[in-house]
Amino acid sequence: MDNLIINQGFPLLSFLIFFPLAGAAVMLFFRDESFARFWTLAITTITALVSIPLVTGFDTTTARFQFVEAHAWIPRFNISYILGIDGISILLVMMTTFIMPFCVLASWRYIKTRVTPFMVCLLIMETSMLGVFMALDFVLFYILWEFMLIPMYLLIAIWGGPRKVYASIKFFLYTLAGSILLLVAIIALYLQNGSFFIPDMMWQNYSQTFQILVFLAFFLAFAIKVPMFPFHTWLPAAHVEAPTAGSVILASILLKMGTYGFLRFCLPITPDATFILAEPILWLSIAGIIYGGFTALAQSDMKKLIAYSSVGHMGFVTLGIFLLNTRGMEGAIMQMINHGVTTGALFLCVGMIYERTHSRELSVAAGVGRYMPWYVTFLVFFSLSSFGFPGTNSFIGEFLVLAGAFDVNVTLALAAIPGAVLAAAYMLRMLQRIVWGGTNNPDQSYLTDLNVREIITLTPFLIFVFWIGLKPQPFLDLMNTSVVALLEQLNTWQQHGVAMNMILQ
Amino acid sequence: MAILPELILLTGAFAFFVLSLFRQLDQVQLKNTAVCFGFLTFLGALISVRSEATLFFGSYQVDFYSQLFKLMIGFGLAVAMVFGRHLKDVDESIRPEYFMFLFLSTLGLTLLVSAVELVTIFISLELSSFAIYLLVPMRSDARGRRFQMEAGIKYILFGVMATGFMLFGMSYLFGLTGTTYLNEIVAGLRNAPEAAVVFAVVMVMAGFFFKMAVFPMHFWVPDVYQGAANETSGFIATVPKLAAVALLIRIISLSSDSTTIIYLLMFLALCSMFYGNLSALVQTDIKRMLGFSGIAHAGFIMLGLLTMDPAGYGIAIYYICGYVMMNMACFLVICNVSREGENLAIEDLKGLHKRQPVLALILALSLFALGGIPPFVGFMGKFMLLTGTLQAGGTENLIYLIVVILAAVNTAIAIFYYLSVVKAAYTSDADEELPPITVDGLNQAVGIGLVVLMLIMGSLPDTFVALADSAVKTMLLP
Repeated sequence: MDNLIINQGFPLLSFLIFFPLAGAAVMLFFRDESFARFWTLAITTITALVSIPLVTGFDTTTARFQFVEAHAWIPRFNISYILGIDGISILLVMMTTFIMPFCVLASWRYIKTRVTPFMVCLLIMETSMLGVFMALDFVLFYILWEFMLIPMYLLIAIWGGPRKVYASIKFFLYTLAGSILLLVAIIALYLQNGSFFIPDMMWQNYSQTFQILVFLAFFLAFAIKVPMFPFHTWLPAAHVEAPTAGSVILASILLKMGTYGFLRFCLPITPDATFILAEPILWLSIAGIIYGGFTALAQSDMKKLIAYSSVGHMGFVTLGIFLLNTRGMEGAIMQMINHGVTTGALFLCVGMIYERTHSRELSVAAGVGRYMPWYVTFLVFFSLSSFGFPGTNSFIGEFLVLAGAFDVNVTLALAAIPGAVLAAAYMLRMLQRIVWGGTNNPDQSYLTDLNVREIITLTPFLIFVFWIGLKPQPFLDLMNTSVVALLEQLNTWQQHGVAMNMILQ
Repeated sequence: MAILPELILLTGAFAFFVLSLFRQLDQVQLKNTAVCFGFLTFLGALISVRSEATLFFGSYQVDFYSQLFKLMIGFGLAVAMVFGRHLKDVDESIRPEYFMFLFLSTLGLTLLVSAVELVTIFISLELSSFAIYLLVPMRSDARGRRFQMEAGIKYILFGVMATGFMLFGMSYLFGLTGTTYLNEIVAGLRNAPEAAVVFAVVMVMAGFFFKMAVFPMHFWVPDVYQGAANETSGFIATVPKLAAVALLIRIISLSSDSTTIIYLLMFLALCSMFYGNLSALVQTDIKRMLGFSGIAHAGFIMLGLLTMDPAGYGIAIYYICGYVMMNMACFLVICNVSREGENLAIEDLKGLHKRQPVLALILALSLFALGGIPPFVGFMGKFMLLTGTLQAGGTENLIYLIVVILAAVNTAIAIFYYLSVVKAAYTSDADEELPPITVDGLNQAVGIGLVVLMLIMGSLPDTFVALADSAVKTMLLP
């Protein structure tokens, strides 16, 4: 337990987890729709504000887990209720708490039927997502990881588009099927260690076969969640059919759980397997980047386009993680945040067009720039950010990842470059169509520009785009110590392994 | 005091016998009597939960193990009376008899969990079985339906066959040891040839596999569930399985760690899971679907039994208890949605969220629980069963690992058909406008109570498993 800094005083993390849940419970007793909107906005805003002390009180000089709360839960199996955050998870936690209020704002008019249940689902989502990033006990992690499927399924299945049934069931089955072997792996790890406490499982001398099996079980669960090529097919369907808030949550937060899983579990628990299997995963990431780019180029549905672009962007994240060097890993974490900000904002933009034209087709939205100047201004910035234009946030992440890739393997880095070019191609193609279109634009004169609520929704995203893009250092500082510590341990582990081999020979 | 629940059940059965003699009967009063006796049984079991006694020349053991099961049976009966009291599809004239047989059957089950002698076991089992056989064809045939008769005949034929297997096994046990008392049999079997022991134990278990619907004794399940009235199916699907688990644990502990039996149980467990889940995928009638899902869940319970270790038995008890709650919640919804007691197709649940939001919520949550989604009891049970199984085999034992992986795969298969019901209830609207469903307060309260209980059992399992554990220990001590 020496790697934990126990939280004294107010249980901040528990509050963040249970406050939205309590808010959802209160709503069960009120049926009024506008009450539900304001109440949920209030709850999510308070959660976001309360989470600020996490950053201000965060000690960037240590890689230990901070704000830790530990209580016994199921002593029979040595399962505890342990929460804690470190440099890897803090940004994800903050992003989750801060994106939720905007999801509520984005659903203000978009959701017209069964508003109260929708808001309950959103709040329950927030609870389980925060819990996943904070849990330091594997069973707690797994419970929240699985539980999340219910509200997300309902978000897609009830408030989704025309093919919602297909998309929601595909989403549920895919993710569930991926994570059942994770459960078996967790149990196997428990039998080796006698505890479900995650830090206890790290850096143990498991046999190589065991590590590889556990790694593969982890990989299946996390790769489906990311999603990595070729496990990505559920993503476009789910994105296209989900309501705006659902798409934003899915893109900004849910996908990050997969890559978070790689960082938190695969690397420290199964280091030998990571060294052995990193190479194929790097190439799978490259495949994802290129594949995502090309398919996005061919889409005429805006949501599908952004969904496929997510496959490409998340490819950069997995690429950065399995480069196993500081630049790559910091770039990957940055890219997780950037993708959350940028793609979340893009989905919000698509949602705003959809509310007006009731279509996501590029051809229907062609030429709206003439009538919605504010809207296209935002859209242009977010699109620039999406393909990593210098000065925006994604540039930092992609640059770091590519720089890390050049350190490791030049061929690999060169293979990833076309992905960046493709990103520019599909994003500019979309922008051209939406802002100007052609000579045969549909009549758009009935469109109204963004209202104040929508501008308020988008502005914070824009601030973060430029904040991270122009001054990324504070963000990098938060994660630096944890990343360096993780890589140091990996290196020691590898050298130790090499030394052992030399002795054995 | 030691046999208080049994006495209450017997009194209840007699009361209904007397009521059946009246020509003009107040139906409301009848229903209230049924609910009252249901709750009284539960209360009686609660009062006598800590009593201990050995009765009837040592053939009847009242200890914490039996009392815990009686408590669960009493709870199941009380809930079954709440959602089953209306008996929409049973003729008014035979309702008192229906209740009488139901209480007699429950009496048989409570006797069964206390029975520690072969003949007592046999008599209690037959008392409970024959009473249930009669309940199935009691469904009204006013609308020219005959499938309840088919179901009744199937049930009785398969049941008699299973009893035959069991008696055959019992004759072996008696032949090998010269006694019918279980505790003496355990001692006697130590020197007996292994093949004979395995054969005898498996044959006796077959009788209870039938009750629990384990492959290959499951053939009656879908037809009986479909043919019997909704209320009857709700009872058959839950309460008898409790007693079956109690007896399986008793019998399996006779066979001191025979690997043959372990592998056989593994095989049956996997067959039950795959058969149940794959068949449930294509069902359109919700009761048939729940029937097949019950076969799959029986397979999961076998995982707890095959660990051959008290902790594993404790988890099996925890799991069956959770299963009974989840299933009862589902049947509560079915009985209330079905307007005149007709069978429900999954399609008929369309738009339930509009017609009756509380029932829709109860249904959705209990189906997610059955599917093993946390934080409900279904997940915790499966998680502990898988952990226990892997622990029993040790991480090096590949066979146990494969069994656990296949069981986990089954969870993923199962979620599809549970989801399809949730989908109907929540995401689609009915083709034509259907009237809202009214549910009385008692049903709503019990349904919500069941869901809350599932949640509590799933998120704070320690107390419950500890209880089941200590019960198993009292049973194994002598």
